[in-house]
Amino acid sequence: MTNSWTDIKNADLVWIMGGNAAEAHPCGFKWVTEAKAERGAKLMVVDPRFNRSAAMADHYAPIRSGSDIAFLSGVINYLLTNDKIHKEYVRHYTNAAFIVKDEFEFNEGLFSGYDESKRSYDRSTWEYKFGPDGFAVRDMTLQDPRCIFQLMKKHFAQYTPELVERVCGTPKDKFLKVAEWVSTTANGERAMTIMYALGWTQHSHGAQNIRSAAMIQLLCGNIGIPGGGVNALRGHSNVQGITDVGTLTAAIPGYLALPTEQEPTLESHLSKRAFKPLTPNQTSYWQNYRKFYVSFLKTQFGANATKDNEFGYNYLPKLDGIYDCIKMFDLMHQGKTNGLLCQGFNPLMAIPNSNKTREALSKLKFLVSMDPIETDTVRFWENHGEFNNVDPAKIKTEVFMLPVTSWAEEEGSVTNSSRCIQWRWKAADPYFESKTDIEILSDLFVRMRKMYEKDGGKGKEALLAVDWSYKNPLEPSIEELLTELNGKALSDVKDAEGKVIRAAGQRLASFGEMRDDGSTDGCMWIYTGVYGPAGNFAMRRDNSDPSGLGVYGNWGFSWPANRRIQYNRASADPDGKPWSEAKKYMYWNGERWTGPDVPDYVPTIPPDRAVGPFIMNAEGVSRLWVRGLMADGPFPVHMEPFESPVGNLVFPKLKGNPVARVFKNDMEALGNSKDFPIVATTYRLTEHFHFWTKNVHANAVMQPEFFVEMSEQLAKEKGIKNGQRVRVWSKRGEAKGKAVVTKRMTPFKVDGKTVHQVGLPLNFGFIGETKKASPINGLTSAIGDSNSQTPEFKAFLVNVEPIAGPVA
Amino acid sequence: MSKSEVDAGDGVHRGKPVIVDRYSLGARINHWITAISLVLLGLSGLALFTPVLYPLTGLFGGGATTRMLHPWIGVVLFLSFLGLFFRFFRLNLWERTDNVWMSRLRDVLAGDENKLPEVGKYNAGQKMVFWSMSLLILVLITSGVVIWDQYFSSYFTIEQKRIAVLIHSATAIVAICVWIVHVYAAIWVRGTIGAMTRGQVTGGWAWRHHRKWLRELVTGKN
Amino acid sequence: MFTPVANPTTKPVPAKFGEQDLIRRSASKVTPPAKRQTEVAKLIDVSKCIGCKACQVACLEWNNLTEDVGVNVGVYDNPHDLTENTWTLMRYTEYENAESGNLEWLIRKDGCMHCEDPGCLKACPAPGAIVQYSNGIVDFVHDKCIGCGYCVKGCPFNIPRISKADSKAYKCTLCVDRVAVGQGPACQKACPTQAIVFGTKDEMKQWADHRIKDLKSRGFKNAGLYDPPGVGGTHVMYVLQHADKPQIYASLPNNPTISPIVEIWKGVTKYAGLAAIGAFAAIGFIHHAVAGANRVSEEDEKNAERLTEGRQP
Repeated sequence: MTNSWTDIKNADLVWIMGGNAAEAHPCGFKWVTEAKAERGAKLMVVDPRFNRSAAMADHYAPIRSGSDIAFLSGVINYLLTNDKIHKEYVRHYTNAAFIVKDEFEFNEGLFSGYDESKRSYDRSTWEYKFGPDGFAVRDMTLQDPRCIFQLMKKHFAQYTPELVERVCGTPKDKFLKVAEWVSTTANGERAMTIMYALGWTQHSHGAQNIRSAAMIQLLCGNIGIPGGGVNALRGHSNVQGITDVGTLTAAIPGYLALPTEQEPTLESHLSKRAFKPLTPNQTSYWQNYRKFYVSFLKTQFGANATKDNEFGYNYLPKLDGIYDCIKMFDLMHQGKTNGLLCQGFNPLMAIPNSNKTREALSKLKFLVSMDPIETDTVRFWENHGEFNNVDPAKIKTEVFMLPVTSWAEEEGSVTNSSRCIQWRWKAADPYFESKTDIEILSDLFVRMRKMYEKDGGKGKEALLAVDWSYKNPLEPSIEELLTELNGKALSDVKDAEGKVIRAAGQRLASFGEMRDDGSTDGCMWIYTGVYGPAGNFAMRRDNSDPSGLGVYGNWGFSWPANRRIQYNRASADPDGKPWSEAKKYMYWNGERWTGPDVPDYVPTIPPDRAVGPFIMNAEGVSRLWVRGLMADGPFPVHMEPFESPVGNLVFPKLKGNPVARVFKNDMEALGNSKDFPIVATTYRLTEHFHFWTKNVHANAVMQPEFFVEMSEQLAKEKGIKNGQRVRVWSKRGEAKGKAVVTKRMTPFKVDGKTVHQVGLPLNFGFIGETKKASPINGLTSAIGDSNSQTPEFKAFLVNVEPIAGPVA
Repeated sequence: MSKSEVDAGDGVHRGKPVIVDRYSLGARINHWITAISLVLLGLSGLALFTPVLYPLTGLFGGGATTRMLHPWIGVVLFLSFLGLFFRFFRLNLWERTDNVWMSRLRDVLAGDENKLPEVGKYNAGQKMVFWSMSLLILVLITSGVVIWDQYFSSYFTIEQKRIAVLIHSATAIVAICVWIVHVYAAIWVRGTIGAMTRGQVTGGWAWRHHRKWLRELVTGKN
Repeated sequence: MFTPVANPTTKPVPAKFGEQDLIRRSASKVTPPAKRQTEVAKLIDVSKCIGCKACQVACLEWNNLTEDVGVNVGVYDNPHDLTENTWTLMRYTEYENAESGNLEWLIRKDGCMHCEDPGCLKACPAPGAIVQYSNGIVDFVHDKCIGCGYCVKGCPFNIPRISKADSKAYKCTLCVDRVAVGQGPACQKACPTQAIVFGTKDEMKQWADHRIKDLKSRGFKNAGLYDPPGVGGTHVMYVLQHADKPQIYASLPNNPTISPIVEIWKGVTKYAGLAAIGAFAAIGFIHHAVAGANRVSEEDEKNAERLTEGRQP
């Protein structure tokens, strides 16, 4: 989230699209109901289904799954052609004025530099034009035909309301109402928040969905202000924490990059990421990259990290490609993986193409599951009839189950969508012999290290170099681990004048105290301050809110630097004054930046220094055009899902995302719209949490059985009665469940043709208290987004038929 | 005279006094079961009918067992009464002379039976008791099933149950009143109880109250 | 935001009300307390309800109930009806608003309304099995319940359910045990959007006004409070977007009253019935006293003997 859950109450307009906050985030959704009830905010929901969020909405617009970019581009076009943008914000706080290289082109959906054989772009032309001073060329009048603002106008002109209706199946009037409502916030007086989740990410063009939303918010000036923002609703209680600490396969903790093979030395790695301001006077967090990186290495390798050995950089693995979860299972399927350690992970349910997953698991020598519950994955070898139809005699994989404590049985921190790190205290003793993840992994590490010490092996040096100097190596304490995340001074840390600001041994108060000479450690700069000299801020429970804006600055700790709204310098105009009294937040008081939050800016830089407000970016401004930072283009383009009932009506030559990650067999496993005419999307139900709560009796009572949601029209066409058992199948697999025939699903008119859509809840499996069901991911495809590799769960093709069985 | 007033098992024993067999052992057992059931039903029903009589549930082991037993006793009563019905209905068929009897109710109540037509095995009053009980019990069992929630709650709507419970209560009241008449008559008309206990009455009783029946018993023909 | 009740102290506290605060007791009379406690109420704002069923789970958990895992029958309502274990249930209605042309998904949390004039209590034959406290809570006392199901017939909202296991009647208690120590009901505590709020009845009415204003500003011109006068008002109230059409909310009665049949049954029938029985018995006594026993005379016996001996009587 750029903003926070509690900040949503400040919104004047809430737009939920690509998510279903009322169902998937019911507790956070309270802030939407607050904004509505206490502020008179309007809520609009754009979704393929009239879901429980839509039930709360003032306006609902249906959209065919997978066509979000066309819809959002339509909104961008509406704002631009009707001149409903926040002009000063766009001019000064975005790169609208920047001039693009002459070589950059856009033709029939493709940007310059496309190589079809590699399915990738050479992004060198997607760059600003630089002046002789080395800075980007700008035209603050926004009139230059090669400035980003003018390029945008041209790029989005074709996304008319009529086109949106043709592509998305959204009736024109419903679309226009959305666009009109959005435009009412393009003035610095009213704010719109956008709430999204996996309905946007889980597409072969998911990252571009979100980019489109960010562009709308920038055009309206809704970034950095209370009640604004582009807010990703995280789907697990601590999934934000998990991403923060670096379980992304190409990152180390704190979103720093894992080295690649092209970066053999620390210098080669750092020089690529050295901060080069693209506008005069610019300042940035990233000038500290070196300090963050060295501090990380010091935590990782301790005394073994010295200036002479590049702080142990050599011990880090060097990537030769992307090793995300889908790739890992592809390798496993190829027989290239011996063992799998699943820590709180149920891949048979969670990842696409479960038939392939099942085959891949069968090729393992061993599978270890660390989980508080028995997952479907650990039973993949067991025959559960049609729901998991395998022959156990043919599967040789040895399966180990290690019972792990659940969250209520251990102490530690959880980071929520608001980036707020909050402490949880232990509430109950663990069941039976279950142990914490820390105990299990530590024991495993210590044993493995002993074996390497004795027997040697590949990567021995790195393994032995790891600093494991905990009081009890078999069970590092939670304080020791939090100290590692936070960082401490290894020797006295001094400021520019030579004054000691942090004595040796003390924990750091902020990432500003990190040093690149090895005098500090700290493996996650963004968390620095959570456990500073003043104690564990994650434990803070002060619910006072002096500003009344839902800041709650003394509750927990929000990274970075306890900031609740990111980019909050943008809540003031270039002169440092609030855009309006209604949206007053951070402002220049003549001496420093002040307001209810921690400024996302150097607090003492006055407005007249003309330093851009987006100090995370080399430009100092936000990017309407992302240069070469995204794999599939500097602007979003309408791309159909890989399985789509229609061709690309905007760019007929474009078949899916041209640079999406496609494995060898993925294309063959795609169904066509003749055999599979119905669009399907998966989602979770509010009554369940993923695949966990199907093991909980009370939750199973609330939603006991897998079902297929469909319109009355489709049911009639297929001869399906409400409550009847139906079979739904794709090119890859099938599932059976009850039909929920509802007015909440309606057929779409796409390019004059009727397109039906069905909804498939993903919570049900063959283990647990609910009625047995096939994993719904037996139907989904593994084709992944070109930037995030996230599979396209949210739009694929199926067919449906009634099957014999009781009509309930 | 077309119809015999005599039931199988009715008979006359000469002597002083004359003894007349009025009810067979089977009929008596059948009546006893019916009588006991009806009394229990009355007690348990009244207990649930009005708070004043709720303490009567103590006789049955408390409110819950009263609630549980009452419908089962009702089933017993119904089946038992069904037996009585088939035993007795023929001689309870209404006849023209019954109208005369009814029209002279004042003489009946005064005990001046000589002023009345001779009566067969049952007089018009007894027939009225018989037929009203038959009808009432049918209504009671039907409405009773509708409100027997333990087994039948899902078969009826709440509105149907409300109507049924009202009908059940009202019918039960009428049934109790009829029962009072029946019992009172048996007490008032001395010599009757023997018919229920031993199955026998004296010849004088039969002469006085059911002369036509006695005559037929004696002559063996109607 | 409606200020929620603060978390409770962990120390035991005396109950705020009890037997001495009863204003009604089934099949028996109570002396009402000299001073009535402040009336409490739960307000369910249908327009704020996201249908998450947290209230249903909270109810199961707090009251230590276990419901059976059912099946899907083509709707989101699970279980499909109230049961002896499900005291509260979300009912989902897809309503096509002809006026606005919009689909509305109306989600109503069903459960006991805690009527000011409770039909269940009126119908109950077991003394003390249903009680009403002066704060408005209507509660079932299970060790006195005999399982007759009369409360089911008395209730205008079709709420009580008889357990198949122990044949006793069950329904929402308004968490009488929590309210007694100053807490709101479990469902209210679990509700993430404050669609359920709890407080004094006056507070709830005020809060409802605040909500109704908001709804009217959004075009729901018939938004209003459901506090049906036919049962003397209720201690569970709804804010409805369409208060003129309660029946569209999964058959919420338009104007609930205790059924006239129940009124007759529990009123005139009771007195008239006892009077009739008494009258019949009395007539018998009087007749006997006046007319005397109807005895068989010697003459009658003689006549019988004569008849049997073939002589003329």
